[in-house]
Formats: sequence, structure tokens, C-alpha cells
Amino acid sequence: MNQPERQPIIQIQNVTKRFGPLTAVDKVSLDILSGEFFVLLGPSGCGKTTLLRMLAGFELPDEGRILIDGVDMAKVPPNKRPVNMVFQSYAIFPHMTVADNVAYGLTLQKVNKGEIADRVNEALNLVSLGGLDGRMPDQLSGGQRQRVALARSLVMRPKVLLLDEPLSALDAKLRLQMQMELSDLQDEVGITFVTVTHDQDEALSMACRIGVMNKGEVAQLATPSDLYEFPASRFVADFIGTVNLFEGQLIVDEPDRAVANCPELGRIYINHGVTGPHDALIWVAIRPEKVGMAKPGTYRGRPDVPEGHNISEGRIKSMSYLGDITLYAVILDNGRMMHVSRPNISRTDQEDFTWDDRVTLHWHGSSPVVLLA
Amino acid sequence: MARRAIAPLEYTRRLWMRLWVAAVLAFLYIPLIALIIFSFNDSKRNIEWKGFTLKYYEKAFENSSLMEALFNSLTIAFFATVLSVILGALTAILLWRFRFTGKAGLEGTMTMPIVVPEICMGVAMLIFFNGIGWPQNLPWPFSLSQIIIAHSTFCFPFVAMVVRARLASFNRQQEEAAKDLGATEIQAFRDVLLPHIKPGLIAGALLAFTLSLDDFVITFFTSGPETVTFPIKVYAMVRFSVTPEVNAVSTLLIILTIILTAIAMKLQNAAALGASPK
Repeated sequence: MNQPERQPIIQIQNVTKRFGPLTAVDKVSLDILSGEFFVLLGPSGCGKTTLLRMLAGFELPDEGRILIDGVDMAKVPPNKRPVNMVFQSYAIFPHMTVADNVAYGLTLQKVNKGEIADRVNEALNLVSLGGLDGRMPDQLSGGQRQRVALARSLVMRPKVLLLDEPLSALDAKLRLQMQMELSDLQDEVGITFVTVTHDQDEALSMACRIGVMNKGEVAQLATPSDLYEFPASRFVADFIGTVNLFEGQLIVDEPDRAVANCPELGRIYINHGVTGPHDALIWVAIRPEKVGMAKPGTYRGRPDVPEGHNISEGRIKSMSYLGDITLYAVILDNGRMMHVSRPNISRTDQEDFTWDDRVTLHWHGSSPVVLLA
Repeated sequence: MARRAIAPLEYTRRLWMRLWVAAVLAFLYIPLIALIIFSFNDSKRNIEWKGFTLKYYEKAFENSSLMEALFNSLTIAFFATVLSVILGALTAILLWRFRFTGKAGLEGTMTMPIVVPEICMGVAMLIFFNGIGWPQNLPWPFSLSQIIIAHSTFCFPFVAMVVRARLASFNRQQEEAAKDLGATEIQAFRDVLLPHIKPGLIAGALLAFTLSLDDFVITFFTSGPETVTFPIKVYAMVRFSVTPEVNAVSTLLIILTIILTAIAMKLQNAAALGASPK
């Protein structure tokens, strides 16, 4: 990316939206940068769609301000905003051809016919729908309808393109393909994309930055890898991917290392300093793929981990073979469950362990994440 | 030839069911078919077949008072339809789009003209128009105004019901999409909502037209002494004798109704097909 200084194109300042007794969006403040692919991610009912609809102008905030390209949007109706939206249902006009659908916004702007034809063609080619301009929407597949919706918005050359759960109606394979196409498309047109989704894979694969929302608030704002590797709270750690969470206390808190004592997991050595109050309640989060599994007695310890730390014993309760990886649920001797995943690098790796095997679990000093909330 | 056994749900292949359906159809259509056949009968009476003729059609067309009545009926039906479609569509959109106090009450009263006995409607209209002193002896076509108003009151609820059923399948996101692309409220209505409810409007209009065309009771109470509509004229003719002339005119009316109904059904089918994908 060669945009040295990125200006915020959307500024959301202290925005609150209530529906009767329910607060859908609660004092949200965030900046969306020009040219980025921003994803609002959260469980259903977290307020992400309401926030998107406020950007489009279909809902008005009860409190706070929304600025798009520096202009306060409080008094700007949806049809005057420099943003366009791709709806969850695509909302293609069923009585118009593909070309008429895409041309609709330009006809309203009274753009001359020749230019409309050129821009419609360009937009249709951009979404690989060239040659389908004469079709009616009911002759299109779901994926094609979505491309029409995309073209219809992109042809307007908006400053920001809003996408509401754009891939939720597509089947798994097509969804993967469209994820990549959307990212490529965004790169190509350079328009800021703001997408709402509840699907973490979708968010991780497409976004420059992700805003995770929970109960109307932004729980964390970070890049996909930061979100996964450095979650800010138990909610984020648990919502993005799978995680093993253990309650504990910090007993060593040095600038270059820390040790947490988790009653259910033993002593956890962390090879970097953490910010956290001494003796207070904290949580340790470890991702399944960062846990190693060994047959009892074969684990000799890791050089970077002090003796007796980052190790636990258990029994495999269940396993599921997923092809590329195998997931194991290991019951620790104290009864807690630990999720472990293991890549199947050689073609017989999945045969190394099986049900009811006793195993030793171990992990690096860099694997655990200490969470304060 | 080996016949496949009748499966439990294949009612259409059971003899008793077929006989029943045939009986129902015969009961419904034999009188109509008899009426049409006897319109070509070369006899003053409808009892025995004397030979084919078209002379009663000629006679009907030459009967100026009958033609005047038919023209009155068509005029009334036209204006009542226009009024009903506008009123009905607006009512349907109001009830679909907005929440307001008294909405349930409005929905209830809107269907009243459908359920209230026509005779009561007719009497009520007569008393109403007399009560407010509606001007009589107006020049044509204003002399039809009472009937047109009366017909609109019982036709528009039908339009409203058809349009409302159509609105139920409308995806509000289409309207939002139109506005998102720069449309004003009115442009979004014209470009998105109106095309969606168009089949409902046409079906409702045809319904209103046919209802108005053959209404007797309410027309009877609201027409002034000078105004004669087609059903009233036919009734007057029948009181003397059922001549093949009446049959001929009735046949024309049946054909007109069949054509209009066929168009309505075709449009509704097209609407149903268009509504299936979101």
C-alpha cells in the first residue's frame, strides 16, 4: 500500500442509538481511514448493522456526530450522502435489467446517455459480469445478483462503500472466492469499504482493520492478526477463533517475564513483560494451535521455559479429523477441558494419538496471553 | 394396458371425486351455456330451439335505450374504477407503511363495505344523498355522480386488499437501495414501489370494473329517475318477458367479463412469478 498518510474519511464521535428501552449503539467513537477495508464484526444484535445504517443515513444517531469526509451528516438524507450500500438481500430491482439496475443512480443524476453506457459497462466488467447487461435479475444466480448490487453501488463512485453481510447468502465455496474478489476489488478501485459481518473468517481474511462490537460498544479495534494474537478481552479472545481460558493470578511480574498461577492449569511462564496488577485476578488465554501434544514421558521440556511451567497432563476425550488439522479435546487431570489442534503435516499424523490416550500438553513462553478483563 | 394403482393422495384419479367435480362444473356452467346458446335462437321464446340467427344481436344494438344503459354502465364503471384504484392503493400503502393510532379501527371499517349487505348500503346511500341534498337533474355525465361515488365506496376495499397482499411481498431494502442511489421519496415510489404493486393495481382495477358493471342493488337506490344502467335495464326487460335479446346482451357482458378476468389472472400469475426471488 502506498498511501503514506491516511486521513480518516469517516469519523464516528460518541454515537449512541436507542430503540425504545434498547441501546443498540452505545457511545461509539471510531475513525475509518481513507482507502482501508474496514470490517465491523460482532455477534448478532451487537449494533454493527445499526451503526452501518447510520452511516448510510437510514437511522439517525440519538447522540453524537458522524462526519464523512469532514462533513457532519446530521442533516444529510441518505440520497445526498457520498456513500453507497450493498444490502444483505442485494435489493436488486426485479423489474429492471442488469444494465438498468446499474444505471439507476446515474439516470437520477441526469448523466448523459453515452457516459452512463460507458460507466455501466466499466462497472459490470469490474465485477466480471460483462455481457449479462440484458438479463433480468430472476435469470441470475445468487452470486451474480450480488455482483450486480456491487456494480450498482460502485458505478456511483462513492467515497465509501458500505456492505451489509455481503456474503451471508452465498454457499461456502463461493463465499471464499468472493472474499478474495472483494479484497482485490477494493485494492483496484481504492474506495474505502466498510463491511458488517458476524463471520470471523470473513473478517480476518478481508479486513485491513476490524472493529469488534459487543452489546453496542466497540470491544477492540485492531488489525486481524493483532485481534487474534493480542486480544484485549475475554470476549474478543473467545469470539475470534477458539481459545482456552484459565483464571489465575500474576505471581511474577518483571519487565522481561511474568508467571501466572492458574489453579486449573499450573504455573504459566510468559517470556515477556505484561501490564497487570500484582495478585489481582487475571485470565490466561492459549490458542489450541499453540499447544503441543506429546506422549507421556517423552516431553523433555523447552529451553526457554523454566522447569515445571507450561505443562499439563490429560487424557484425549474426543478428536475430530478435519483433513488439514485434527482437533483434540483433552480432559486435564483436574477435570478441565483443553482444546488442542494439530496440523497433519505428514499423511499419517492423525494416527499418532487416539481416544483415551494419555498426553502431555506443553507450550512456549510466548503462547499465553494475559487478559485483564 | 397395466394401470398403475391409485396412490393415497391421488384424489384426481378417483371416480367419485371426478364425478363430484363434473357435477359442480355442470351446476355452475349449464345455465350460462344455455343462456348463450339461446341468444342465437330464432324464436321469441326461450323454450324451444327454432334455428340459428344473429338477429337478436342486431336488435339489441338497435335498441337505443338498452345501448344508452350499457354506455351509462361502462362510464360509471370507468370512473368508479379510477377512483377505487387511487383510494384503494393509497389506503393499502397507508396501512402497510405507517403505524398510527386507530390503525386497527381503520382496517376494520375499510372492509365494512364488503361485509355489509348491499341492500343496507343502498338504503344508506339513498338516505345520505337525500340528506345532504345532492343536486338532481345534472347534465350527463354528472348525473351519474351519485352512482359513481356509491360504487367507489364498495369497490375500493377490494382494490386495497389486493394491493396490500402485493405489498406484503415487497422488500423494503429495495426502496432503501433506491434512496441510497440518490432517489427522493417520490422517485423511489415511482421507480420501485409502483412497479412492484402494478400487477395488484391492474388486478384490483379489473375487479372494481366488473363489480361496478354488474351491480344492481346499490345502483337501484342511488340512480335518479332519469338514469338507467345496464343491469337495471335488463331487469326491466325481463319483467315483460325474457326475450333472446336479453340473452344476446347478457352474452356480450359475459364475454367482456371473461376477457377482463383472463387479463387479471394473467397479470396476477406474472406478479406471482416476479415476486418469488427476493
